[in-house]
Amino acid sequence: MNSTVLISLIAFLILIFIIGFWSSRHVQSSETFLQEYFLGNRQLGGFILAMTMTATYGSASSFIGGPGLAYSQGLGWVLLAMSQLVTGYFVLMVLGKRFAILARRYKAVTLVDFLKARYESKWVVLLSAFSIVLFLFSAMAAQWVGGARLIESVTGLSYTAALFIFGVSVLVYVVIGGFRAVALTDTVQGVVMFFGTIILLIATIVAGGGISNLMSDLMTENPNLVTPYGANADLSPGYVSSFWILVGVGVVGLPQVTVRAMSYKSSKAMHRAIIIGTIVVGVIMLNMHLIGIFAKPILPGIENKDTVMPLIAQEVLPPWLAGIVLAAPMAAIMSTVDSLLLLVSSALVKDVYVNYVNPKAPNEKVKKLSLLITSALGILVFLLALQPPQLLIWLNLYAFGGLEAAFIWPVVLGLYWSRGNKYGAIASMITGISSYVVVDSFFSEAIQVHPVVIPVGLSLVSYVIVSMITTQGGSQLNEKGSK
Amino acid sequence: MKSAKDDKRFSIANKEALFGVGLAILNFIWWFGFAYGLGNKDPENYTYILGFPAWFFYSCIIGFVLMASLVIIIVKFFFTEVSLEDEGDKN
Repeated sequence: MNSTVLISLIAFLILIFIIGFWSSRHVQSSETFLQEYFLGNRQLGGFILAMTMTATYGSASSFIGGPGLAYSQGLGWVLLAMSQLVTGYFVLMVLGKRFAILARRYKAVTLVDFLKARYESKWVVLLSAFSIVLFLFSAMAAQWVGGARLIESVTGLSYTAALFIFGVSVLVYVVIGGFRAVALTDTVQGVVMFFGTIILLIATIVAGGGISNLMSDLMTENPNLVTPYGANADLSPGYVSSFWILVGVGVVGLPQVTVRAMSYKSSKAMHRAIIIGTIVVGVIMLNMHLIGIFAKPILPGIENKDTVMPLIAQEVLPPWLAGIVLAAPMAAIMSTVDSLLLLVSSALVKDVYVNYVNPKAPNEKVKKLSLLITSALGILVFLLALQPPQLLIWLNLYAFGGLEAAFIWPVVLGLYWSRGNKYGAIASMITGISSYVVVDSFFSEAIQVHPVVIPVGLSLVSYVIVSMITTQGGSQLNEKGSK
Repeated sequence: MKSAKDDKRFSIANKEALFGVGLAILNFIWWFGFAYGLGNKDPENYTYILGFPAWFFYSCIIGFVLMASLVIIIVKFFFTEVSLEDEGDKN
């Protein structure tokens, strides 16, 4: 392993630490610990909001699994990845100002706070907190595996040592810095990713002798690689389109996304974030996946698809630049992990403990408990990630799908349909999660679309029907302050 | 506390949400139409633009540029700034 690459990577990690420490001053001086630690006091500006959103959408699926799959599947997988462009504008437009206004009125710090105020139901709260802990925990484990694999392939350290380095870096600054640190580092990381993918794509195209040359190499290897149907011609239009729900419009239901949609400081910040976010998401998705496929003629026969990115970066770039560019996928994983860790921790501390166990807990106690739970969760994930499951992208997507099936309708219809009520929300969550597990386990071979589509449909139907049956006309929308 | 100001802010928010849905539908149709409209033939017969197969160029590259431009135009000209706070509800 080239030491110059290592030095660049380490310099990047140090920069991240500095940001974490700097942010921790806000946490120390803040009077409302929960609002600051889990939400950065709703002070995010447009640029930071766009970047933290992008980093959240991106996640390891695109940065590790994604390019690897593009490497195997060809342009069809880049087409699939471009379904994520919609997230750049759709999420903030649809949740939009209504969500931001209501979240402030309810003083909501988490998605669950919002649902609690909207539906006024203990069962909605407990069910939501439970789904968040269960699904985000598995997503987080997948991300840790990805992060450790990346360090392993770059440094040549053992997997366990790599996992340890990764885990300690993540924990230290999440615990000290909270949401503000995560959002700020997302920004640094987003910028690195944005320029990193541009540089790497250009270098890869140059190394491959131009786009036309690369395309004809791919044609020679397997003509299917340049079609929209995948290497074995088995990516059907229905299957690829269903990713519009899974990684596209469906992400409005993800807790890690909604929490960001309540963290910006003004409508102006939101407008900027929509524009910047759309451009950044598009550039990163397109470039990342094109890099994956263009790597194939240059470096044929890579066995472990997770290492496509690190290998191609070291192949086509000078070492110091490769180090900085490799910080990009590393950055993506770290920021995803950080935000997931905070969310699981907030579900336990804020949604369960403060709501039901000890509502009168003093600020100091909540603070200690938050830091303690965040650390404990980190250590637990570390232990799980020691025995890594294969195919990290699918594990990760499983968690995405489960959360989307659970939350999309309670959030979206909760905002826009005044007759939606708690019975509808509970029915929708239970239907969504259970049908997802059933469809994914037993019918995923039989259907032509991604398993997430059916549960999202079923949970819509149950939300609407149950809400209609259980309300007699009267409006349930709680637009008053929840004092 | 449901006020006229609320209704105004919420109707702005509703309109903007509909823009989001409209853009997403257009984006999907463009993406799907070019990808499977132009890509559904023998790869030997593909036409290429700037090195990319035409289906990919229009669906993913032009599609991205188009959507980004539309988003900029819509946000600049049709989105309204509103206060996110409730007046007289400072804590």
